[in-house]
Amino acid sequence: MTAETQPAGLVADHLTCERGGRTLFAELCFAVAPGGALLLTGPNGSGKTSLMRVLSGLLPPRAGRVLWQGKDTAEEPAPWRRALAWLGHDNAIKPQLSVSENLAFWARLTPAARGVDEALEEVGIGHLADLPAAMLSAGQRRRLALARLGLTRGGCWLMDEPTVTLDTASLARLSAMIARHRADGGLAVIASHDALDLPGAQSLDLSGFAVAP
Amino acid sequence: MNAFLATIARDLRLATRRGGEAALTLGFFVVAITLFPFGVGPGPELLGRIAAGIIWVTALLAATVSFDRLFRADMEDGTLELLALQPLPLELVVLAKAIAHWLMTGLAVTLLAPLMGLMLNLPGDAYLPLIAGLLIGTPSLSLLGGVGAALVLGARRGGALIGLLVLPLFLPALIFGVSAVEAVLIGMPLAPHLLILAALLAVALPVGAFGGAAALRLALE
Repeated sequence: MTAETQPAGLVADHLTCERGGRTLFAELCFAVAPGGALLLTGPNGSGKTSLMRVLSGLLPPRAGRVLWQGKDTAEEPAPWRRALAWLGHDNAIKPQLSVSENLAFWARLTPAARGVDEALEEVGIGHLADLPAAMLSAGQRRRLALARLGLTRGGCWLMDEPTVTLDTASLARLSAMIARHRADGGLAVIASHDALDLPGAQSLDLSGFAVAP
Repeated sequence: MNAFLATIARDLRLATRRGGEAALTLGFFVVAITLFPFGVGPGPELLGRIAAGIIWVTALLAATVSFDRLFRADMEDGTLELLALQPLPLELVVLAKAIAHWLMTGLAVTLLAPLMGLMLNLPGDAYLPLIAGLLIGTPSLSLLGGVGAALVLGARRGGALIGLLVLPLFLPALIFGVSAVEAVLIGMPLAPHLLILAALLAVALPVGAFGGAAALRLALE
């Protein structure tokens, strides 16, 4: 495949990832178009988090490329970083700051397309805006982290286990949020064990790419 | 620029909210200096002669005790990986954090130094070169210390390691900071010493920004 024939959106081009001398997956390829979604599944230790970190650029792959809008993200990280919204295992919340202060900081760092209040309302914690983040429950902290993604319009959401500690109502809200994001022309790559309502999403089972030791 | 300033403002706000963080460094500075009159005896003449050296060495040690917190909290709660993925280059993030660190330690120590000089019977002519030297010299400490703090992120008990790693790097700043005071006391010009401190800062800026960012990327892999 050459750059000219690459579709818009996110493309993984023959990715191979090695951690601690062990090859987690090899020759992994996929493409997600704008408006699309990809659900990553696989047993614990199959490399879902490593794949997410490779896609984000935090972890260099041993071989292969990650392309955003047809451009290699390792060579041209700037457009990718502007489009990328990352949700890792940790929520990156400072307990000393209030809920809205936490979100307002990220709104100043990223080109935020939506207001802080709007993003907090979307995840259902708008009434907690002035509370210190230290007072939040685990589920509310996860929702505050999700609100950070809600600041963006379009682009690519990389979500590693977004449903951890969320209750059923929040799960429905998350599905709606992802649907809204996709309707805006954004795309999402989601690693999750939970059943999320993702109409028309591709799915990828990482155990199929495992390399026999 | 907005994102850069936001990062500085956030670190300062976090430090004031956590309370005590900047106060801890300053407290260490004051207490450690107070020990010297007891250790070497309260003879005003001897104290006055070594006062500039005491203040400089203690300033280095006070900066060193605060480095461990520079990146560790951000590393542990996931903020650092998120910062590494922002459009703002990681080099500027490191620079912003070093500036915030300097405002809370280097600048604060510089402002306290005249008071400490008074306590140690520092000669009257020595105040200007001491303060000017600290003002130009301490930013290098925050920058170089940031590299050390980033390098030991992966290590447990990194705090003690940072001291071993960065204190030798502080030697040039210490030498020219103290010799600026000595020069004025024996009637030599002050400017060359301050210019060398400024040159050290000019080296520490890129070393701190690029070295710190490279070390952070390794820690995040």
